[in-house]
Amino acid sequence: MTGSYARRYAHLVTMPTTVPAYGNEAAERLAPMADVTASDAALRRFLHGLPGVDAVGLQARAATLGTRSIKTTAKAYAIDLAISMIDLTTLEGADTPGKVRALCAKGVHPDPTDQTVPQVAAICVYPDMVATAKAALAGSGIHVASVATAFPAGRAALPVKLADTRDAVAAGADEIDMVIDRGAFLSGRYMSVFEEIKAVKEACRRADGTAAHLKVIFETGELQTYDNVRRVSWLAMLAGADFIKTSTGKVSVNATPPVTLLMLEAVRDFAAATGVQVGVKPAGGIRTTKDAIKYLVMVNETAGDAWMTPDWFRFGASSLLNDLLMQRQKLSTGRYSGPDYVTVD
Amino acid sequence: MSDARLSVLKTYKLFVGGKFPRSESGRVYEVTDSQGKWLANAPLASRKDARDAVVAARKAFGGWSGATAYNRGQVLYRVAEMLEGRREQFVAEVADAEGRSGKKSDTAKAAAQVDAAIDRWVWYAGWSDKIAQIAGSANPVAGPYFNLSTPEPTGVVAVLAPQESSFLGLVSVLAPVIVTGNTAVVVASEKSPLPALSLAEVLATSDVPGGVVNVLSGRTGELVGPLAAHQDVNAIDLAGAYGELHGELAVAAEKAAADNLKRVLRPAEVDWAAAPGTDRMLSFLETKTVWHPIGI
Amino acid sequence: MNAFEYAPAPESRAVVDIAPSYGLFIDGEFVDAADGKAFKTLSPASEEVLSEVAQAGAEDVDRAVKAARRAFEKWSALPGAERAKYLFRIARIIQERSRELAVLESLDNGKPIRESRDFDLPTVAAHFFYYAGWADKLDHAGYGADPRPLGVAGQVIPWNFPLLMLAWKVAPALACGNTVVLKPAETTPLSALFFADVCRQAGLPQGVVNIVTGDGSTGAELVAHPGIDKVAFTGSTEVGKAIARTVAGTRKKLTLELGGKAANIVFEDAPIDQAVEGIVTGIFFNQGHVCCAGSRLLVQESIQDELLEALKRRMSTLRVGDPLDKNTDIGAINSAEQLARITALAEAGEAEGAERWAPSCELPDTGYWFAPTLFTGVTQAHRVAREEIFGPVLSVLTFRTPAEAVEKANNTPYGLSAGIWTEKGSRILWMADRLRAGVVWANTFNKFDPASPFGGYKESGFGREGGRHGLEAYLDV
Repeated sequence: MTGSYARRYAHLVTMPTTVPAYGNEAAERLAPMADVTASDAALRRFLHGLPGVDAVGLQARAATLGTRSIKTTAKAYAIDLAISMIDLTTLEGADTPGKVRALCAKGVHPDPTDQTVPQVAAICVYPDMVATAKAALAGSGIHVASVATAFPAGRAALPVKLADTRDAVAAGADEIDMVIDRGAFLSGRYMSVFEEIKAVKEACRRADGTAAHLKVIFETGELQTYDNVRRVSWLAMLAGADFIKTSTGKVSVNATPPVTLLMLEAVRDFAAATGVQVGVKPAGGIRTTKDAIKYLVMVNETAGDAWMTPDWFRFGASSLLNDLLMQRQKLSTGRYSGPDYVTVD
Repeated sequence: MSDARLSVLKTYKLFVGGKFPRSESGRVYEVTDSQGKWLANAPLASRKDARDAVVAARKAFGGWSGATAYNRGQVLYRVAEMLEGRREQFVAEVADAEGRSGKKSDTAKAAAQVDAAIDRWVWYAGWSDKIAQIAGSANPVAGPYFNLSTPEPTGVVAVLAPQESSFLGLVSVLAPVIVTGNTAVVVASEKSPLPALSLAEVLATSDVPGGVVNVLSGRTGELVGPLAAHQDVNAIDLAGAYGELHGELAVAAEKAAADNLKRVLRPAEVDWAAAPGTDRMLSFLETKTVWHPIGI
Repeated sequence: MNAFEYAPAPESRAVVDIAPSYGLFIDGEFVDAADGKAFKTLSPASEEVLSEVAQAGAEDVDRAVKAARRAFEKWSALPGAERAKYLFRIARIIQERSRELAVLESLDNGKPIRESRDFDLPTVAAHFFYYAGWADKLDHAGYGADPRPLGVAGQVIPWNFPLLMLAWKVAPALACGNTVVLKPAETTPLSALFFADVCRQAGLPQGVVNIVTGDGSTGAELVAHPGIDKVAFTGSTEVGKAIARTVAGTRKKLTLELGGKAANIVFEDAPIDQAVEGIVTGIFFNQGHVCCAGSRLLVQESIQDELLEALKRRMSTLRVGDPLDKNTDIGAINSAEQLARITALAEAGEAEGAERWAPSCELPDTGYWFAPTLFTGVTQAHRVAREEIFGPVLSVLTFRTPAEAVEKANNTPYGLSAGIWTEKGSRILWMADRLRAGVVWANTFNKFDPASPFGGYKESGFGREGGRHGLEAYLDV
């Protein structure tokens, strides 16, 4: 229940500022929470003591936020913000260096006819494409994100997952999108999931002491219940996740507004309880400007201003970008654009 | 010298909270048969007796309304059993009350009334665990919600028992009120209160918890005012205010009842011998609708 | 300053064409009041005069009742299936005209367009659809074979959900074969007059629906008219009692849907985020102009602090302003009188020592506005905990045990609704059993559906609207 954790950690709530999950201070802030992760039983008690989620109420709230009408200046702002938050993604067996380079070029200049369009946040690829992407993006400031840990199923031994992660980091990945072991989570082996995230976070460290930022993918479509989503969010944040991410994009149910709303509530509550800020990344299935704006409204009215930047909110998407570009063209020219006026990659 | 034994006269008392008090006013009035022959003195209940009865009824409401429907049905059936055993007494009392003391044809009429009254207890006893099934509903709302309406007793019901049908009429208005979980303050037929006061003795020795039924005898016109105006009475059955004599009384009572929006069952012509419908039960039921989301 | 400022997103007013004046709708025609009296109806958000509406007097009410009486014979004799088709037509026309009617409702009432568009109008249409289906199935409603209508129904409705309350009254009345004379509230007469036009479009026979506009005196004339057989009223408990006195001793059947002071009870094991939403919906929906509003928050002491913090944070995101802006959460208070009442009660709350809090929000200069307001440190003895405020004002009380929660929740002359928030199923049922209220929302609040009976215990009135139960009010049973 909220009561116990909030009371127990009340002294932390009064901290003057939150610190980023990826900074050096985060560990210090999380130290007082060590007792809840001290044993499997303690972790289970804590996660099951979190407030429950009423599915219908959560969905209704997400739907209501979805009715916000974002027009004119607000829409222009939202479109550019959304573009800047995209992790432009290609995760196909058929990916080639050529395809990845094309995507990178698009990320840097999303609309070749309009230089005022912001660049995307990151290019998201498989580990073997990291070096290609890194080279293609050199000097742009765009991050290279790499999925890792036997993405998307996560069904491999831990050493393999860690090796996968280290490879990607060594190849220059700025961000690692790991998948959790859903099987372990669903069978209640929370500590196993916790330890694995911690180990991957460790594997994100570079020789120079810096580290790739760690996004933890839950594959919420497989976790089935919202209670599970809240628990896994807290579990991952306690384990050191810098970002929590809904989905791989490889299963039938990907990011949904209610799940994302719930994860936004989780990062908001986690920051209030620990002083550590964690980002959120919905991924998969977000294809339209209308959808993207709904997500931004949720961020705005749930987590608030502090999350309204590419540092703390991302869209894992591929086709979304073109729709945003077409809408952007419509706003600036007053006429509807078409698919031939945006680039296909 | 006579060989007839001098009979022991019965002192009739009020029935409040399971006890048999005299009227706090100390007053009594003479009860006669239809020919004016003195039958007994009955307590002349005061407004304070009415107040005490409401307190007793309110106190009993939680337990009685919270009892299982099955239990309430058993309790009502027990009343029928007890009455069956004292059938002769009630036949005599009803014959006295509504006819001429000792007249044979009046006794036959009274016997029919008592039998019908006993059967009515049985009929209503069976309703206890069925009324919710006909008065409730599962409501198919357009959304992911479980939605159920169930009837609940309204609370403390003041009942003006019919003036003419002193026993069958009384049972016909009392049983439907209590079978659903209400508690009752009954004002007995003014001129024929004795069967009601005797019924109280049966109730006291059956399994009806104290306070579920409270019986007052006296002037209907004197008792209806305080009961109709009482802020802790939830409903009032004005059956006993039927007839020309009582027309104004009923209007005044209904107006007074508006002060706390009591549910009012207006007086009407009723054939008490006829099979009752569910109306008198439904009149003193509230419908509660509970919503809950359906989700995982 | 928020980086993501929502630009104004006003719904177009052009979809609704309000005439400069309206007559009474009697016997299928719009007619002036016999004495020519009229009154103005304002937009509470701007104080702009929207139209001038006839003020019905005794003579007009009499004409309307007589028209309804004349129409009753044929209407009640129509096969149920035919009455049903009229109601289905009405439902469809309302759906077709829902944007227009939503804008009209927001203009005249002050409620946010999001609510009139997404709640009021869909629910209005749904209500007509629901009761349309009953018209030819009354034999199966559990009121005996071939239950008869009562006759002419006099219906008086409030200003908080003008068209929806009309639907709640008119749909079951017509389905059962009654004819009606309806008086909309003085401050919100327009949607009822537009409904008259819907009836004309549907080809409803003349006199089946009559609309008499006016103030309380018109309502009093209607209720007292000897030619009506049924009185249905939604509004304040005070007026409800007066009506009950008026019909005392008559044969008029009466149903009343009156005030409330609902407890919204939050346990420490509640789904907190949804509970916060439920509290906000409970008291700020429709500016708190809701008889079943969750105006008393009963929170378990162990979570009081964090719940209030979450609630305040959430209240800070509420957008107060132009009712026609699609992003407005809280619109205008319906009238100057109501604003004065809310203001006075809020001041009483402060004077009695409760702590007042409201998020900082800019209120428009013209019109009637009240910021969403929270009172903490409230006890059962405070006026803000006992009296119906009918505005966006929430009183927060605490409890320690379930039994105490029930006791406090029931400690009111009202009994319309209640809310329970806990993840423990058996406790929900235990609580629901003990709460003396006609509607109990568990882990939700302010949900309505035509199939779901609604109505109060105790001084919140009697009779039910909605569902099979709602038929009883309009049948001679």
